[in-house]
Amino acid sequence: MKALGWAVAAVTLGLAVLFAGLKGAGFDAEAGLGALWLGAFGSWDAFTSSTLVRAVPLILIGLGISVAFRGGALNIGAEGQFYAGAIAATWVGLHLAGRPAPIAIGALLLAAAIAGLCWVAVPVWLKLRFGVIEVISTLLLNFVAVSLVSFMVQGPLQERGRIYPQSEAIAETARLPLLPGSRLHAGFVLAVAGGLVLWFLFAKTLWGFRLRVVGMGPRAAEVSGRIDSQRVSAMALLLSGAIAGLAGGVEVSGVSYALFQNLSPGYGFTGIAVALLGGLHPLGVVIAGILFGALEAGAGAMQRDAGVPAVAVYVVEAVVIIVALLATVPRGGGWTGLRAVVRKRIAPGKAAG
Amino acid sequence: MDTEVLVAGFLAAAVRVATPLVLAATGETITERSGVINLGLEGTMLAGALAATLGATAWGPWSGVACAIVAGMLLAAVFALLAVGARADQIITGTAITLAAFGLTGTIYRQAYGSGGAGLTIPTLKSLAIPGLSQIPVLGSALFDQPAPTYLALLAMPIVWWVLFRTRLGLALRATGEGAAMARAAGVRTNLIRSGATVVGGGFAGLAGASLVLAQVGSFTEGMTAGRGYVAIAIVVLGRWHPGGIALGALLFGVATALQFLLQTLGLDAPYQLFLMLPYLLTLFALAGAVGRVRAPADLGR
Repeated sequence: MKALGWAVAAVTLGLAVLFAGLKGAGFDAEAGLGALWLGAFGSWDAFTSSTLVRAVPLILIGLGISVAFRGGALNIGAEGQFYAGAIAATWVGLHLAGRPAPIAIGALLLAAAIAGLCWVAVPVWLKLRFGVIEVISTLLLNFVAVSLVSFMVQGPLQERGRIYPQSEAIAETARLPLLPGSRLHAGFVLAVAGGLVLWFLFAKTLWGFRLRVVGMGPRAAEVSGRIDSQRVSAMALLLSGAIAGLAGGVEVSGVSYALFQNLSPGYGFTGIAVALLGGLHPLGVVIAGILFGALEAGAGAMQRDAGVPAVAVYVVEAVVIIVALLATVPRGGGWTGLRAVVRKRIAPGKAAG
Repeated sequence: MDTEVLVAGFLAAAVRVATPLVLAATGETITERSGVINLGLEGTMLAGALAATLGATAWGPWSGVACAIVAGMLLAAVFALLAVGARADQIITGTAITLAAFGLTGTIYRQAYGSGGAGLTIPTLKSLAIPGLSQIPVLGSALFDQPAPTYLALLAMPIVWWVLFRTRLGLALRATGEGAAMARAAGVRTNLIRSGATVVGGGFAGLAGASLVLAQVGSFTEGMTAGRGYVAIAIVVLGRWHPGGIALGALLFGVATALQFLLQTLGLDAPYQLFLMLPYLLTLFALAGAVGRVRAPADLGR
């Protein structure tokens, strides 16, 4: 309940900052926020075809990131894993014509998850073998993935005409079913189900317990619980990569039906914000994903109808992350710490480094 | 003769690519030596780039540089307030700062120049040949016939090294990074040191952004840093938190990037995207080789 209060406060503050910023910059702030609201929640079609469609990859990636973060592994490379999944899904999806839909969709999504897992396996290996911190390695691989997509859509996977930098459309049978009368696809069900499964894993299984222990303190986990924390962290990263890869497959199979550059408008980074705002709790992540989906869907409408640049919502997202972060800072930090800084009255020893 | 021109051009391109990276990574070294990792570097560079564009358009290129440094320091100050003052998680705060900078620069840029501002021309920093030194064959034109930010980077290297390793301030800073609790017990004001190191690092990142716009690209585009801030952080690790090592790491990245121009000139028929990947893969590869033998500041990120 307290977490919900913080989340509401975070979003309200974020929107307030946006409003003030737009006013200050000379935009029509009222029209901007109005368009944002209408674009996200204004009609059944806006809600399902824009907000929820946009929420699906954010929820899935947010879930993946929360697995890694819970295990103390900082996966900043979801963007790359998403693209790896999308490439594999497209490749498989192009070869599935004539297969029954359940098999086709299953094969496509499986390929996507495996690709995401393989993509993150490199940082896992580099960490275990050479001690390269995953923050850097997962991040660097994002740029490699972006170039790989660019290569694919102008090389092996380019459409037959060889004009546009995109792939052919995947087989009809490999496409996720749609909610009648909308563009909302079955990936949404998958995302919510994923949230429930992870909630069960985290809360009710030994594996989830170990993950939490390692995330809170790897040394303590090893000394007192005889848990191999490196192994648990590695597993968390692998699972996290697989889920991000799956998100790429779902996007191809449910929305784009083809591979092209800039398939992801930064889902991998927004997913971090979603995971944090959701408090790394799977069900919280689902709600946070819908919220950010609404923000991004509304951002498009804001630019179209009110002439306010869509990128402005990133400021809202940043404010939301920071407020959510300050709400969860351990003792001695948070607002108390901030106040202490502002008053320049830090007692030595109290604000532990 | 022809090969000499080619090699000289290749090296000059490598140095030009490396310059903003050296600047940003040098600043980040100061920050990380004090125990703070600032992933907001990417956004700080981007803010510096926009500030440089606005400043240069209004009052000329050197004012652009000054604006960029101030913008970088301001954004780093916000980071310091949250991550040092309020002790919020540094990695996540850094991600948020980058996100905010991305949104802010995009909005401000469109407000200032409209959505069709791509053809924008701004006054840039021209190459300054240093008499004598620039006449050295091959290396001369690569190192000593460059725009001013390259010389600033060359100058910053020994100065930062001297401050970090030969002064009391540097000792206090490194002590804070290695063991904040003990440094505090010894009378070091660790939060002040960390905030200061972060803000100085932000100034360097802003300068790096200015160098990118005014000395390399010549115009601003949304999200134009394209990961250079993150690469700079990787280079800090690669350079073992040492100004000299950082220069080498940045040069490695510069060489890998310049390689694509060279191979295109030679007419090699390979997909260009493979060359775009090369610098990142090489950095990753070098990290695997370098990291095992070095140790990060013990209290980094805590």
